[in-house]
Amino acid sequence: MPERHPDHDLIQGEWTEKTLVEKLLEPVEKPPPRPWKVVLAVGFVLTLAWLYAIFVTFTKGLGTWGINQPVIWGFDIVHFVWWIGIGHAGTLISAILVLMRQNWRDSLNRITEAMTLFAVLCAATYPLIHMGRAQHFYWVLPYPTHLALWPQYKSPLSWDVLAIFTYLTISTLFLYLGLIPDLAILRERSQGWRKKLYGWLSLGWTGSALHWRRYRAAYVLLAGLATPVVISVHSVVSMDFAYGLVPGWHLTLFPPFFAAGAIYSGFAMALTLIIPLRKWYRLEGVITERHLDWMAKVTLASGLGVAYTYLLEIFIAWYSAEPAEWAQQLWRMTGPYAPYYWAMMLINVVLLQTLWFPRFRRNVAWLFVFSILANVGMWLERFVIVVISLSHDFLPGNFHLYYPTWVDWTLFLGTLGFFLFGLAVLIRLFPPIAVAEMLHLYHKLRKH
Amino acid sequence: MLYGYMAYFAAQERLLEALKALKEAGYRHLEAFTPTPLEGLEAVYGREERIPWMAFFLGVLGAGLGLFLQVYTTLDYPHNAGGKPLLGWPAFIPVTFEITILTITVGIFLYLLYLNGLPLAAHPATLASRYREALVDRPALFVYATDPRFDPEATRDLLQGLGAEVEEVRRA
Repeated sequence: MPERHPDHDLIQGEWTEKTLVEKLLEPVEKPPPRPWKVVLAVGFVLTLAWLYAIFVTFTKGLGTWGINQPVIWGFDIVHFVWWIGIGHAGTLISAILVLMRQNWRDSLNRITEAMTLFAVLCAATYPLIHMGRAQHFYWVLPYPTHLALWPQYKSPLSWDVLAIFTYLTISTLFLYLGLIPDLAILRERSQGWRKKLYGWLSLGWTGSALHWRRYRAAYVLLAGLATPVVISVHSVVSMDFAYGLVPGWHLTLFPPFFAAGAIYSGFAMALTLIIPLRKWYRLEGVITERHLDWMAKVTLASGLGVAYTYLLEIFIAWYSAEPAEWAQQLWRMTGPYAPYYWAMMLINVVLLQTLWFPRFRRNVAWLFVFSILANVGMWLERFVIVVISLSHDFLPGNFHLYYPTWVDWTLFLGTLGFFLFGLAVLIRLFPPIAVAEMLHLYHKLRKH
Repeated sequence: MLYGYMAYFAAQERLLEALKALKEAGYRHLEAFTPTPLEGLEAVYGREERIPWMAFFLGVLGAGLGLFLQVYTTLDYPHNAGGKPLLGWPAFIPVTFEITILTITVGIFLYLLYLNGLPLAAHPATLASRYREALVDRPALFVYATDPRFDPEATRDLLQGLGAEVEEVRRA
């Protein structure tokens, strides 16, 4: 009996290259399952509602939102940070896990990279519409103006523009680069408008071995470069807060705190998407329980970083002996927003601990429930940081609560809809699992 | 007109052996088509060294551009921000970093397309009737008829001797 590859169970079942490719192309080539249509329809309706809310914002102005002194960053920034964080899992899986030669990433990278793309797109809309006069968005870019003004590059807000732009560009290119070999397979298998679409998009990729060699060299190199970007983007976002003097924001701990939270929420969202996808398209043979187990472990590890910071935040607020900081901490724990704070603690600190136990990690139903809860928890965390901190700054006469309006809620639900709609369209047109990567893994596992 | 022979193999290892054998026999106009990167190709063609060097060059260029952008705009419109030194370089790190990565990524992507000669509108090998299988489970070697060593009989025999199924590719 030949020695088996340690990762032999990452592809389960009897496959040949041909049947494997056919299975992986099913979402694109076979008629879609019923739940797909539901997701597409719900996503489409919410996207329309989203466009309407943006229309109202543009025509009537920011007065239609709930933001007001002192809470001048409301749902818009909560959701900006939330979405950006979610994107991080895709880059982590596609970049960092390549460098670490983790074979289990191969069946997850495509769908999580697509998730990243739409999450970052959703995130990027918030600062744009939050500007109020969105037609002047280009003022954030360095261009020679007749006023001889430039962006202020000592401000994290200017860094943020470039960080988000770089992130969006890199994740799009990475997704596209990975797609090119799959597009060539699809080009050879399809007819009509699909053949044209795949033909154009595949750029005439032939599968030449010399091309593959350069492709691999470039792919690994870009993975190496995307790795620090994963850490840097949310660190820069966190500095938007940490540079401010608002109690609860002015903390040097913020960059690692945000990076850990980003990976935690990103893996949670990836689980939320992958568990139904796996069931609806019967992908249990290539997205095995071991894959889910690994994802749960990464969620646990990054979640522990988040939980640690929650506890340290309390300590630092007390240890700083700064009355405003300590008052902010008490306001969070006992003020009118306390239920949100404690719900966040319950999910991200207490319920997270279930993932220590294999019994919970291998329970797909619990993983699915927890992944949704974790994203609720991360949403609450952003709410705690942005809204609760601002509502209680230095002047008691200035304290004021935040009341989001229907426009705020529609903008949020709308981005959720756009996210689902975009992903549904994407997996109908492009395989949600990277076919060429899986063939590569198949060869690697079979050689032993 | 004969474009060449498409030789299909059962496995990538067989293809690699055939590639080596043909190189040794003096063939030069060859192209291998595989579903995944061909392991062991370095032994035949050496390592890919242009991409890392280009990335380094692009990185230096990007870092220079990023720093220049910030230093120039600061000097062009000097502004006291919180009493920080005018050219306080630590504040310039994030933007320099992002522009460096952005330059390398976009540059390497375009450089990769350039090296691979993409986009490519048509390729004779794709005219082979079983070309689509070369992208899945039948790695193939294309021997161009323009090769100085190419001989309709001898080349076919050589390829078949190496375990290949040979198909003639002609202009459609």
